[in-house]
This record gives sequence, structure tokens and C-alpha cells, in this order.
Amino acid sequence: MADTTKTIEIEVLRYRPEQDKEPFFQTYTVPFEDDWSVLQGLQYIKDDLDGTLSFRWSCRMAICGSCGMMIDGKPRLACRTFLRHYHPNKLRVGPLEHFPIERDLVVVVEDFIRKLESIKPYIIPKEPRKLEQGEYLQTPAQLEQFRQFSGCINCMLCYAACPQYGLDSKFTGPGVLALMHRYNADSRDGGRGERMALGHSEEGFWGCTAVTYCSEVCPKDVDPANAINQNKMGSAIDYFLRFVAPRGAGK
Amino acid sequence: MEVFKADVAIVGAGGTGLRAAIAVAEADPSLKVALVSKVYPMRSHTVAAEGGAAGVVQDHDSLEYHFNDTVGGGDWLCDQDVVEYFVAHCTEELTQLEHWGCPWSRKPDGHINVRAFGGMKIERTWFAADTSGFHMLHTLFQTSIKYPSIKRFDEYFCVDLVVEDGRCQGVVVIEVATGRLTFIQAKAVIMATGGAGRVFRENTNGGIVTGDGMALAYRHGVPLRDLEFMQYHPTCMPGTGLLFTEACRGEGGFLLNKDGYRFLQDYGLGPAEDKPRNKYMELGPRDRISQAIWHEEKKGRTISTPYGEVVHLDLRHLGERKLRERLPLIYELAEEYMDIDPAHSPIPVRPGIHYTMGGIYAKLNTETPLPGLYAAGECAGNGVHGANRLGSNSLVDIIVFGKLAGVEAAKFSKSTQFSNPAALETQAKAVQERAIGLVTKTGGKEKHSVLRREMGKSMENGCGIYRTAAEMQATCDKLGELRERYKNLDVEDKSNVWNNDWLGALEVGYLLQVAEVVAHSALNRKESRGAHQRLDGYEQRDDANYLKHTLAYCTGDGPPRIEYQDVVITKSKPGTRAYGAAGDKAEQERKKEAGHG
Ligand SMILES: Cc1cc2nc3c(=O)[nH]c(=O)nc-3n(C[C@H](O)[C@H](O)[C@H](O)COP(=O)(O)OP(=O)(O)OC[C@H]3O[C@@H](n4cnc5c(N)ncnc54)[C@H](O)[C@@H]3O)c2cc1C
Ligand code: SF4
Ligand code: FES
Repeated sequence: MADTTKTIEIEVLRYRPEQDKEPFFQTYTVPFEDDWSVLQGLQYIKDDLDGTLSFRWSCRMAICGSCGMMIDGKPRLACRTFLRHYHPNKLRVGPLEHFPIERDLVVVVEDFIRKLESIKPYIIPKEPRKLEQGEYLQTPAQLEQFRQFSGCINCMLCYAACPQYGLDSKFTGPGVLALMHRYNADSRDGGRGERMALGHSEEGFWGCTAVTYCSEVCPKDVDPANAINQNKMGSAIDYFLRFVAPRGAGK
Repeated sequence: MEVFKADVAIVGAGGTGLRAAIAVAEADPSLKVALVSKVYPMRSHTVAAEGGAAGVVQDHDSLEYHFNDTVGGGDWLCDQDVVEYFVAHCTEELTQLEHWGCPWSRKPDGHINVRAFGGMKIERTWFAADTSGFHMLHTLFQTSIKYPSIKRFDEYFCVDLVVEDGRCQGVVVIEVATGRLTFIQAKAVIMATGGAGRVFRENTNGGIVTGDGMALAYRHGVPLRDLEFMQYHPTCMPGTGLLFTEACRGEGGFLLNKDGYRFLQDYGLGPAEDKPRNKYMELGPRDRISQAIWHEEKKGRTISTPYGEVVHLDLRHLGERKLRERLPLIYELAEEYMDIDPAHSPIPVRPGIHYTMGGIYAKLNTETPLPGLYAAGECAGNGVHGANRLGSNSLVDIIVFGKLAGVEAAKFSKSTQFSNPAALETQAKAVQERAIGLVTKTGGKEKHSVLRREMGKSMENGCGIYRTAAEMQATCDKLGELRERYKNLDVEDKSNVWNNDWLGALEVGYLLQVAEVVAHSALNRKESRGAHQRLDGYEQRDDANYLKHTLAYCTGDGPPRIEYQDVVITKSKPGTRAYGAAGDKAEQERKKEAGHG
């Protein structure tokens, strides 16, 4: 085994609603290896120092989206952030900002899930197709139109980064708006009109004040700010189209 | 205790559970579905699958080839009626996912693109770059939102089944956020809880892959089948065990020993050529490649690292552009986790536990021996993968049999009535007391994290790539000891809200039970086949005695009782399992033989 004498101090926000009046920081000293992630540090705490610390995790490889948290004030995936980058300083870990704390590093994500469900995040076929007819044809260029926006792992880091969502959680927010755009931009889909009722509203694309910190923190290069920006243009055009096209004509 | 009534309850919302839920909803929208998952559905471990999913699409490919690859790859332990159904439905199911929006990679003309995978004669692996499972899971999850009859129980942890009158009639679940228990009364229950890779230490699986459904079914008398067959994937990250997909080799990657030599040619997989060739060299099956790495280590031809002996996965010749396009996640893993640029340096890899071939005994139509209980996906042992699963067969297994489970459970639920809840609730209350008892109990001394570590280590010692009776026996003994120590558990956290110390303790209980079945099933199988390889006088496959499935039955508080069951052979007689040039020769001979009679 590699050198295990190195240690790092991790300050973790604790809050157990059944016993703590308010959140506080608890410091743990963790021996670590150079390739250890922050998640591995937390697992060490849980297994060896304090079984009462709660946090979400599963895949360990930055794809399941479970382990988003604030690490030294930045929204990050704990499994893709490495302790060696903080050593010899200590580091501070807290739950994702802008979400209610359920316990310790666990936040309530209901709001995000409800928003995701509300935007019809599924193909509303432009032309229905039977299985016997095989796949829809979609060229690599058509795939490119939405591929990037389909890479969202629902980690919600962008929500913790979004000042607008922090001010008013009615705002649909970057990740879900990127997902809306993902379906709107898919050549197989004809549901744009149905989705854009929300897209047009203040809670939709127009709620965004173009800070773009969301895209900066996104671990998957989804670039939600770009998705939103494209739709602000799109939704302005749609808005004017309502005056020129008869109702219900085309989508 | 709260009671929720559902026509069909599904435990697990990975690829299998979501596909099953949609199938029930489409079969009959008036049927109420309770879809239970201990994590939000898109966190399920299907999300981590990288390489892709098999379905015949090319003109020069055929269902027969896919069948032969699967049955031969499984070392003839597959039930061939199940495989026949399976290969016939893969492409249809993958197309269904395409219609639902899965962003499969395309050819310039807009058709689905396919790539090569290990042990497959013709390229038939559909892929979405190297995040195929991620895209399948999100597509299924998002599509499931369309169906109002699906009521999700996100972050609800299943603690037990309720069985009454010889029939499974529901499940008891803990709401993670509050610690409160709910009884979901159901006419039919589908197990879709995924694998059990976490019984080992170094593995590619997420923390949630703890064999829960297997242990629960087992406790209720359903046998676990063929669990000795645990797949080692040859190319994992040393230390963490994270996976570098087989698609790395499908795209043309090499495996090198410490001398930079493509050692697989020394293990019956050659000859070595520059371009990838199906079923040759790096495109051999996983069991053979993992075994070859083991032998290289014994010969002193591997590279030593702090995390053990490694070989090199060399992707340099593919070039940065292709790597970024076809294997972006692999690029990211190498760069972020290992500080390696795979376009310029080879990646150190070693075998790690990856996939659970066996599981809850289920027939072709997904029903288990317990009426009302169905099982599909990685938690099921329906005989489709035999002694070794081929890469890209599981992502189709989960949708083909996930759908079938939904259809069958829907049918069953319509043929039956809810029984009087009083008796069921009494049982559910007993379950609740037991579950809560684990936390409220005082005076225990053992930590579940310690038991889990000792288990993982012991499994690695006794049930690794090569096995001997003495080592397996030692593991069986150790697991017996851990079973006893588990009774003396102390759960540190006594609270209700998000107490995953408690859930972790329950998971270790499941893991220990499954581990014991793996070890005893392995010890009892006195032959070598697929992923079960012995070094103690049973080095050969023994069809006379062991062309059989293992069935492990729970005996209460003790090791399992092992029985055997015939394999269903329809059209492929057990033959020599060979790859590379030797494989071509064996196939010629089989053809000749078939021609003569
Ligand atoms: C890293 C990796 C890469 C892979 N790549 C490929 C590939 O390229 N091609 C391929 O064919 N296969 C691949 N596989 C295998 C394949 O991904 C899995 O076999 C498959 O996804 C399993 O799906 P599932 O739905 O059966 O289980 P999972 O996706 O694991 O889902 C299990 C579900 O059960 C729930 N659950 C479990 N226990 C409980 C409980 N007690 N209470 C409530 N809910 C519970 C979980 O929350 C989860 O929702 C890969 C596997 C791994 C690990
Ligand atoms: S857009 Fe990026 S940061 Fe936001 S939820 Fe998706 S993956 Fe996470
Ligand atoms: S544990 Fe899955 S994203 Fe970090």
C-alpha cells in the first residue's frame, strides 16, 4: 500500500433534525492516499470514525449524479474531487446550496424532480412509427443538435450555482431547461409547442439572468446556459410568430 | 402502519424495473403500479453501463449467430429456450428505446451504428458513445413519467416480502427520509433489484449493488441459481475497481504485459493482428482474458503497483480524436482519476468483479417458484447468461425480460384478488418490528462496516478468478463466522431521518447471505466452467456430472442446501469452447459434424 501517513482535516456540516437545533461544522481527521476522492474521505469517516454521518453516493464514477455537495464553497461531485488538491489545507464540505437540508449532506430534491416531471421529458413523436418500421433515421448531425444536452446526470450542481434559483425557486432552473431543450431539439420530436408554454413563462427560459455559472460548474459539459440562451432566441421568435400564424397552424 | 394497494409492485427502478413498469402501464392503464427504489431511479446502477447493448442488425449477422455466441460464451450452461427467446427480442426492444428517444450513435446515413464486443462473431453492439447504460436509464426514466398509473416510491428501501397462502402479496418498505414503514399490498411483485457485486471488495459496482432482492427471495424459500458464476471484468482501475469498458478493446485497444507484449496470444486467443478481429485476442470473452492476466501475474510478467499487479490497456494508437468521440467517459476516467492521458500513455488495469450471472431462479416467463413473485434483470437467474455473460448482453437482458416480467405480472394480477389485509398486516407489522429492532437493540459489539470488509476480503481469497477447495472452504467458514457475528451488531445511529447506518446494516445482512450462497455453490461444483475455474484436480469441464444448474436453498440460520437441475438444451450440443484461430477450427468441425448427421 502507498504512504498512509498523510492526513487531511475535513470539516463537515452536520444537521440532524431530530437532535440538532441548527447546523454546525464537525471536523474529522482523515488519513488518505493521493488518488482518494472526497467521497472516499467521507466513506472513511462513515466506516471508521462516525457511522452517523449521512450523505448520498453510489457509482463513484461521476455518472449517477448522487454525490453533489458544496466543497470549499463550490458545487462539486464528491467522487470526482480529489483530496490531494486541498492538502495540506483543510477542506470544508456542506450540502448543496439552495435546497432545504434534510440531514447532514443530504438535501431535499423533490422540487427538482417535480420540475423535471413537469416539462414532458419524453419524445412526443413528430411522426408516430411502429416497431416493425425500425428506427427513426437520424444523422450524426441531427444527433449533434441535442447530444450535449442529453448528457445531464441530474446532479443539480447547476441549481446550487444559480443565483436566480437561489432567489426564487419557482424558476425552472438550468438542468431541467437544458433537458427541455434536449427534447425540443431532437429530430424525432414534435412536442416543442406543448413544452414551450412553460418555456415562455417567467419561470422558464426568461427567468434566467445569464450569469452562466451553471455551465461552469456542470461536471458533464452540458452547458445549460447555452441551451437557455438558444431558447430565449427561439422563444422570442415563437412569441412573435403567434401574431403572424393562425392559431394551431403547425408547431 | 400505512398501507398502499397496488396491482403490481416492482422493487427496483433500474433498467429492468422501469421497463417492467412501462410494460404494465401499457398492458392495462387501469392497473396501479408501485415502483419502489432505494435511490432515485436515475441513480440506479444501470447508469454506469458504458459499452452498449447487443441486437442483430447487420445483413451478414443472424439470430443464430447471436444464439451461438451467447450459448458458447456461457460455456453451455445457458437454458437454450431462454436464449432463443432473448435473441429474438433484443433488436425490437432496442428499437423501442430508440423510439423513446435513446440517443444511439448513428452511421452517416442515419441508421444505428454498431461496434464490436468480446465473444461476438459479428458487430452487433448498439452504443451511445460510452455512456450507453446512462442513456438507456434516463430514457426509460423520463419515458415512464408519461404513465400516470406508475406511482413511484423514490428512496424507499425494501426490507421484506409478505408471503401468505403460499403466494407473494406485497412488500414492506422504509421511507428513507423519515424512517417510517409502509406496507405495499400487491397482487404481484417483480424483483428488479440488480446484482450483488458488492460481496467482493474490488468491483465495478455502485455502493447500492448489494443483492437485496436475491436475499429476500431466498429467505422466502426461492432458490438462488448458479451464483458461483461471478464475472471478473479484465480491465478495471486498480484500487477503486472502476471500469474501463470492453468497448476500449472493441474499438481496437490492446492488452500488454510488462514487456509490451500482447500476451493473449499465449492463451489460445491468437494469432495477434493489428486490427481487431471478432472473437480473437482482445475480443475474446471476459473469463478467458481475466484468467490470462492471472497467469501472467504468476509468470512474473505483470507490473507492480501499490494496488497490486496490473497489465496495460493501450489505446494510444487510436488517437485522441477517436478516443474523445467514441470513448469520452474512458478519457475522463483516465484523466481525472488516474492523471493519465490515454492518447499518450497506456492505462494500468486489473481484473475486478463486475457482474452476477446467477440470481433468483426464474423461468423463461420470469416467474419464480413462489406464485406472484417475478424476477428479471441482473437479480434473476433465468439461465440466459450461463457460466459467463457476454458483454452487451445484459443491457438487453434487462429490457427484454423487464418487459416480459411486466406483461406476465400484469396478467397474473388480473387473475387474482387482493386478499383480506388483516393477516397480511400482522405479518407486515412483524417485519417492521424486526427492522426497527436492528436499530433499537443495545449491547451489540460489531460494526457492519467491519463485517463487510472482512467478507469482501474473504470472498476475494476464496472465490476469485481461480479457486481451490481449501480456500473456498476457508471462505465458507469465515462467512459462517460473520453470520454469527452479525447477530451481535451495533447500529450506531439511532435516529429516523436518513439513517443510512441502519440501511447499511440491512444491506450487509443481505450481502452476507448472498456471499454464503456464492461460496457454497462454488465449493460444491467440482469442475471448471466459464467464470468458475478450479486448480485442485477439477480443471476440466465435466458435462457428465455438472452440465447442471446449481440451486441453493435457504435452510434458516445456516449455510444453504445445494441441489442441481438439468440445463435446457435445444439445438446446441455442448462443444469445445474455443476462440481465436482454434475457435474457427472448432466451428468448422461442428459444421462438418452437423452436415453429416
Ligand atoms: C460499470 C458497469 C458497466 C456495464 N456495462 C455494460 C455494458 O456495456 N453492456 C451490458 O450489456 N451490460 C453492462 N453492464 C451490466 C448492466 O449494466 C447491468 O447488469 C444492468 O444495468 C442491471 O440492471 P438492473 O435494472 O437489473 O439493476 P440496477 O440498474 O442495478 O437497478 C437495481 C434497482 O433496484 C433497486 N433496489 C435494490 N435493492 C433495493 C431495496 N432493498 N429496496 C428498494 N430498491 C432496491 C435500486 O435502487 C435500483 O433501482 C455494466 C455494469 C457495470 C457495473
Ligand atoms: S446540467 Fe450539468 S450541473 Fe446541471 S444537473 Fe445536469 S449535469 Fe448537473
Ligand atoms: S457517486 Fe455517482 S456521481 Fe458521485
